[in-house]
Amino acid sequence: MASMFTRVLSGRNTAVIMASLGAGSLVSSYIMTESGVSAGEKKKLYPPSADYPDLRKHNNCMASVLTPAIYGQLRDKLTPNNWSLDQCIQTGVDNPGHPFIKTVGMVAGDEESYEVFADIFNPVIKDRHNGYDPTTMKHPTDLDSSKITSGMFDENYVLSSRVRTGRSIRGLSLPPACTRAERREVERVVVQGLSGLKGDLAGKYYSLTEMTEQEQQQLIDEHFLFDKPVSPLLIASGMARDWPDARGIWHNNEKTFLIWINEEDHTRVISMEKGGNMKRVFERFCRGLKEVEKLIQERGWEFMWNERLGYILTCPSNLGTGLRAGVHVRLPLLSKDSRFNKILDNLRLQKRGTGGVDTAAVGDTFDISNLDRLGKSEVELVQCVVDGVNYLIDCEKKLEKGQDITIPPPVSQFKK
Amino acid sequence: MPFGNTHNNFKLNYSVDDEFPDLTKHNNHMAKVLTKEMYGKLRDKQTSTGFTLDDAIQTGVDNPGHPFIMTVGCVAGDEESYEVFKDLFDPVISDRHGGYKATDKHKTDLNFENLKGGDDLDPNYVLSSRVRTGRSIKGYALPPHNSRGERRAVEKLSVEALNSLDGEFKGKYYPLKSMTDAEQEQLIADHFLFDKPVSPLLLAAGMARDWPDARGIWHNENKTFLVWVNEEDHLRVISMQPGGNMKEVFRRFCVGLQRIEEIFKKHNHGFMWNEHLGFILTCPSNLGTGLRGGVHVKLPKLSTHAKFDEILTRLRLQKRGTGGVDTASVGGVFDISNADRIGSSEVDQVQCVVDGVKLMIEMEKKLEKGESIDSMIPAQK
Repeated sequence: MASMFTRVLSGRNTAVIMASLGAGSLVSSYIMTESGVSAGEKKKLYPPSADYPDLRKHNNCMASVLTPAIYGQLRDKLTPNNWSLDQCIQTGVDNPGHPFIKTVGMVAGDEESYEVFADIFNPVIKDRHNGYDPTTMKHPTDLDSSKITSGMFDENYVLSSRVRTGRSIRGLSLPPACTRAERREVERVVVQGLSGLKGDLAGKYYSLTEMTEQEQQQLIDEHFLFDKPVSPLLIASGMARDWPDARGIWHNNEKTFLIWINEEDHTRVISMEKGGNMKRVFERFCRGLKEVEKLIQERGWEFMWNERLGYILTCPSNLGTGLRAGVHVRLPLLSKDSRFNKILDNLRLQKRGTGGVDTAAVGDTFDISNLDRLGKSEVELVQCVVDGVNYLIDCEKKLEKGQDITIPPPVSQFKK
Repeated sequence: MPFGNTHNNFKLNYSVDDEFPDLTKHNNHMAKVLTKEMYGKLRDKQTSTGFTLDDAIQTGVDNPGHPFIMTVGCVAGDEESYEVFKDLFDPVISDRHGGYKATDKHKTDLNFENLKGGDDLDPNYVLSSRVRTGRSIKGYALPPHNSRGERRAVEKLSVEALNSLDGEFKGKYYPLKSMTDAEQEQLIADHFLFDKPVSPLLLAAGMARDWPDARGIWHNENKTFLVWVNEEDHLRVISMQPGGNMKEVFRRFCVGLQRIEEIFKKHNHGFMWNEHLGFILTCPSNLGTGLRGGVHVKLPKLSTHAKFDEILTRLRLQKRGTGGVDTASVGGVFDISNADRIGSSEVDQVQCVVDGVKLMIEMEKKLEKGESIDSMIPAQK
C-alpha cells in the first residue's frame, strides 16, 4: 500500500509509517506541530522535486534555463537578507509569457542574489543580453558625455530626446524584497542627496502619499507621474507592496531631470527635453548622476555596481548600463518601407509606440532607442543611438527625394 | 513564504516606527485594530512554518478598502496563525463576527436530521438551493503561504479522498492545468469552473501564486456536489440543486463532508478545527461554520418594500444579486443566505435560511394579494 504518503514522508518518519502499513491504514505517531511541519522539516518532507515548478507551458528566460538540477542545488540557499530562489522566480512561474515576447521571468531581491543564485542568473543574463557571459567578461562604464559626436538631430524629424537609467542604493534590499523601513530609508537617502543639487539641477520632491490634488494634476499633465504598477509581471514579483508608501517623484525646476523613487527600482533617473539635442540631454544625465552619487557618498552611501554586471538593478534586463536612450522621431516614409525593421535590427535599435513599451505608434512618430544594455558603455550606447537615428533621418530624406536607401551593415555587439 | 518581509532578523534592525505601515487612509478590520504597540509585540514572532505578522497583514496594507465596505484586511498562513497572532486576530474576529469573544465556544452540528422542514419551499418562488463551506487540511500551510510541494500534496490527498466516494457521490476530478477544451466548456456551462482570482485582495495575500498548478474541480456525476481544490482555501465544498428542497441539499452536504473527513482522518490529516474558532479557514470572515446556505428566490414585491432590509437583518439573512457577492439582482430574483458564520452551528444557520425564506415567500404572496404584511414582521432573532 504505497500511497503518496510513503513517498512524501521520508526520513525519520518513514520507519514509523512503514511499521503501521500492515493494518491497512496509516496511524502515524510522529510529532507534528499544530500547523504541520516546521520550516526546517519541510526540506526533508518536500525534496526539491516536490517543489519544482511546472514550466512546460512557459516561455521566458528563466523557464528556458531552470533545470531540476539547478533548482535542487539552489532551492535551500538564502542571501544574507533571507531572500530565496523561489522568491526570485515567482514572477516567472506566475506569468508563463507570450509565444512571441520572451520576458525575463525572474528578479533579484538584493545585490547578493546575482551571486548566490549565479547558476541561474548567469545563463538568464546570457540569454537576454546576446551571449554576454558574466563569468568571463567585464562591463565598461563610461559617463563622459564629451565623447559624443554629432549629437544634435534635425528637429524637423526629432520631436524629443530622452535618456533613462536606474540606480540602486548599496546595502538596502531591492523592491521585490525590501521591508517598509528599507524602502523608506531608500527614499530618505535619495531625497536627501537630491536636495543638495544646485543650478539647473535644483529641484523638488513630491511624495506620492503627500502630494496635493493640484500637484498630482500638474505631474499628470507633464507626463511625469507614475502610478501603481498594473502589469502582472511586476505585481507577482512583490514590488508593489505597501503602495504608495515611500514612493515619489523628484524633478528639477526646469523639468528636464526627473527621478522616480521606489517604483520598479530604487531610483529611475531620466533626462529629457523637447527637440533634438541629445548631446545636451546626455550631458545633463551624466552630470546629474555624478552629482547625486557624490552627494550620497558624502553620507556614506553608494550605488550598487560591480565590474562584471555594471549597475545592479532589480530586473536582469536592466543590468550593465540600465540605459535606454531614445527619441520621438517622425519617419513617415521610412516606416512604411519593407526594409525598416531590418535597418533597425542592424543598427541595434528598437522601435516602440510613443506611449512607451508595448504601445503602438501614433501617426508616423516612433520611439527609437537602443536595444542593448550590458556589455557596452553608456557613451557607446548613446553614440549608437545618435549614429543610428542620424542614419534613419538620412534614409527618410533620401526617400523624400525619391532616392534609394541601403541597409547598413550590422553594428558589432560587445567587445569580448 | 512568498514575501520579502519574512526575513525577520534583518528587519529588526529597524525600529517599530520605521516599519509600521501607514494605515491612516485605511478602512478595514485589520487597520482599525493594529496599533504600533501590537505591531511591536508581534513583529518578531513567527509560526512554526515561518509565517509572520507582516505576511498576515500584507493584503490589508495593500488594499486600503472602501469607505462603505469593510474588508477584513488580514489572512492566516497556517492553523497556528490564529494562535500566535491572537492579539490581532481576536479583535478582528470580534469586529467581523458581531462581538464574538476570545473566550466564546463555537458549536458544530452537521447532523442534517436536526434541520426542521426545508423540503417544502415553494418552487414557484425558489429557483435553486445551495450550501457551501470550506475546509482546511491539517498539517499543511494555507494558500497564502504554502509551497508548491505542499499545494500538490493537498491536491493529491484530496483527489484520493474524493475518488474513493461512491453512490450518489461518485465523481471525477478536473485539474485546471490539464483539462481539455471540451471539459472546460462543459464546466463553464455548468457554472462550475473557477478561474484565477483577479481581486487585488486575494492577489496581495499571495494565494494565486503558481496558478494553475495543483488547482482543480471535482464534481459528482449528478452535478449536485462539487469541490474546489486550492482556490482561496484548501477545499471549498458545494452542494446544490434546482428547486427549493434545501433539506435534501443540506443532507447531501453533511453526508458528503463527513465521508470526506473520515478519509482524511485515516491519513492523519483531518480538517483544521478547534472548539473556539470552529473550522479554520484562510480568511477570518469564514471561521466557524464557513457556511453560506442560500437560495435564489423571486421576491419582486417584497424586495421593493420599505422594510425589506430590516426584515432581512432581523432574520439574520443577507441579500446578494444572483451573480454572487457584489452583484445586483436581476428581475426581482435575489440570492438570500445566512449572515452569520461563527457562534451558531451549521444546522442553526441553515434553519435561519429555511425559516426566513419560508416567511418571506408568505409575505410576497400577501403583497401579491394587495394585503399588508405589517403583522408578519418578525422580531430580531
